[in-house]
Amino acid sequence: MDHINIGILSIQGDVEENILATRYCFKKLSCVGVVNEINNDTQISKLDGLIIPGGESTTIAKLSTVYQLLKKLQNKINCGMPVFGICAGLILLSKHINDKKIGQTNQIHMDLLDVEVERNHFGRQQNSFESDIEIMLHKMIKTKGIFIRSPSITKIGTNVQILSKLYDNIIAVRQNNIIATSFHPELTRDIVLYEYFISMAQKYHANTQI
Amino acid sequence: MISLCGDITNPKGVIKRKINLGDVVCGTTTLKRGFAHMLKNGVIMDVTSVEQAHIAEDAGAVAVMVLDKLPSDVRKAGGVARTASIKIINEIMNTVTIPVMAKCRIGHVYEAHVLEKTNVDMIDESEVLTPADENHHIWKWNFTTPFVNGCRSLSEALRRIEEGASMIRTKGEPGTGNVVEAIRHINKVNYDLAILQSMKNSGNEHILINLARDFRVSYSTLEKTAHLGRLPVVNFAAGGISTPADAAYLMSLGCDGIFVGSGIFKSSDAKERAYAIVLATTFWNDPDKVQEAQNLIDEKESMIGLDIKELELQMQKRGSN
Repeated sequence: MDHINIGILSIQGDVEENILATRYCFKKLSCVGVVNEINNDTQISKLDGLIIPGGESTTIAKLSTVYQLLKKLQNKINCGMPVFGICAGLILLSKHINDKKIGQTNQIHMDLLDVEVERNHFGRQQNSFESDIEIMLHKMIKTKGIFIRSPSITKIGTNVQILSKLYDNIIAVRQNNIIATSFHPELTRDIVLYEYFISMAQKYHANTQI
Repeated sequence: MISLCGDITNPKGVIKRKINLGDVVCGTTTLKRGFAHMLKNGVIMDVTSVEQAHIAEDAGAVAVMVLDKLPSDVRKAGGVARTASIKIINEIMNTVTIPVMAKCRIGHVYEAHVLEKTNVDMIDESEVLTPADENHHIWKWNFTTPFVNGCRSLSEALRRIEEGASMIRTKGEPGTGNVVEAIRHINKVNYDLAILQSMKNSGNEHILINLARDFRVSYSTLEKTAHLGRLPVVNFAAGGISTPADAAYLMSLGCDGIFVGSGIFKSSDAKERAYAIVLATTFWNDPDKVQEAQNLIDEKESMIGLDIKELELQMQKRGSN
C-alpha cells in the first residue's frame, strides 16, 4: 500500500513525543503513514521526511556520527527530502553555531540551513518560558510556544524565510525543504506545524513516486 | 503533550519574567518536566571539577551533576556531606554548554535556594548528601528550577512527584560500583506499576483508594499513573553503574536514561569509559554497539566494587518517607 514514511532521528531527546504528535497528525489528516525511529542507516532511503527532535545538540551530533547517520541524512536532505528540526534539531541543521556564554562552538553539525544560531540564547533553565506566539504558515496561526533552554536565530541568509518572531527574536524559519523552530510544538496539543510538515512530505512522496 | 499528573494549582515557582523585550511565564510544570524530557536516552555524569566536566561534555553527556566529592569518596570520608562550592559550580557553568545540575541535602530548603540563585539547571535533592530534615522533603513547587529525586518504589516516586519533583531516578547504592540495588529498584517500580494497572483494570475503585492510602498519595495521582502505565515524569537509573553493559541493561528495563556517579571518574580510564557508557546507553537495543562499547573499556581499570551486604551506611534508605 502507498503510504508516507516519516522518520524521527532517535539518538537522544524527546523522540516519543514526536512519534505521538506525528501519529496524531496522520489520524487528523486521514493520511496513511508510518513513523519510524531512525538510529541506524537501514531505513534512510525509504524516508519521505525526517524530524530531528529536541535534546542535547552536542550529544545527538556526536552519536549521529556512528553509522555515518549525519552524512547520509545530509545527502538525503540535499536531494530534497523535507526535514523538521526542533530546538536541538535547529542547531544541528544550521551553518553557524554560537553559544550565549561560551561563544563559538566547534560542535559537529549538518551545515544545511543558512542561519546563525545562538545556543541558550534566553539563558539557562530558570529562563525557559512559555509564551503565545504567531506563526506565518498558509495563514497567520496563533499557538503556544514552549521554549526550553532555547536557541534563537541571530542571522539569516537570503534564501531563508522567517515563519515566526517573538519580540524581535527569530524563532521559526523555512529554507526550501527545511523547517526549523527554536520552540517545542511536540509539548503542546497543537499539531499545526506537524500538519504543515506532513503536507511537505506528502508532496515530496508524490514527486518521488513518478 | 507531556503528563501533568500530580501537579497543583498556582504553584509559587511559576513566575512572570521579562525576557529580552517582553513578558513571558517561567517555571510551569510543562517547562520543568519538559526539560527532563530533553535529557531522555542520555547520560548525566557526576563531576567535581572543570576538567571532569569537559571530559563529560566531550564524551556526549547530556548534563553534568556537580558534587564536592564523588559518592565513593563521600562514603570513605564519612562525616557530613553538603552541597558543592558555588565557585566550582560557577566555573563549570562558564565552561560547558550542556545543562549543569547540583545536589542539595534532603529537606534543606536553603541549600536549594542558594542553588536556584546560582542558576543551576536542575537541583538533585539527594540521599548521597547527609539529610538535613528527617521528616520533610523540600516543597519543590515553590521553586522555578526543576528538581530530581530518588525513589526505591512507585509509592516513593509518587510522593516526591506530589511534592513537585519533575524527574525521578531510581536509587541504587551510590559509590559502590555495584549495580544490584539500581536493578532491584527499577524492577520494584515496574512490578508496582504492573500491579497498579491490574488493580485499575479490575474496575473496583475501593482497591485503588486503599492503595492510595497505603502509598500516602492522592487518588487522582494514582489513577492517572495507572492510566499512563508508567511514571508520570522521566525516570533515570542511578547508583553503582560503572560499565557500558550496566547502562544498557538498565535502559532495557525501561529507564529513560542513566546517571553515572563514581563509575567514570573512579576508574583509571575515565575518558574512554565516559564515551563507552554514552554509546551503550544510546544504542542499548543494538547488541553490536553495546559489545563495541564494552570493548572500549578494560575491566582491570574499573573501580573496585563493594558488596552491599557489608556496607555500614546504606544511603538509599535516607529520605524514603
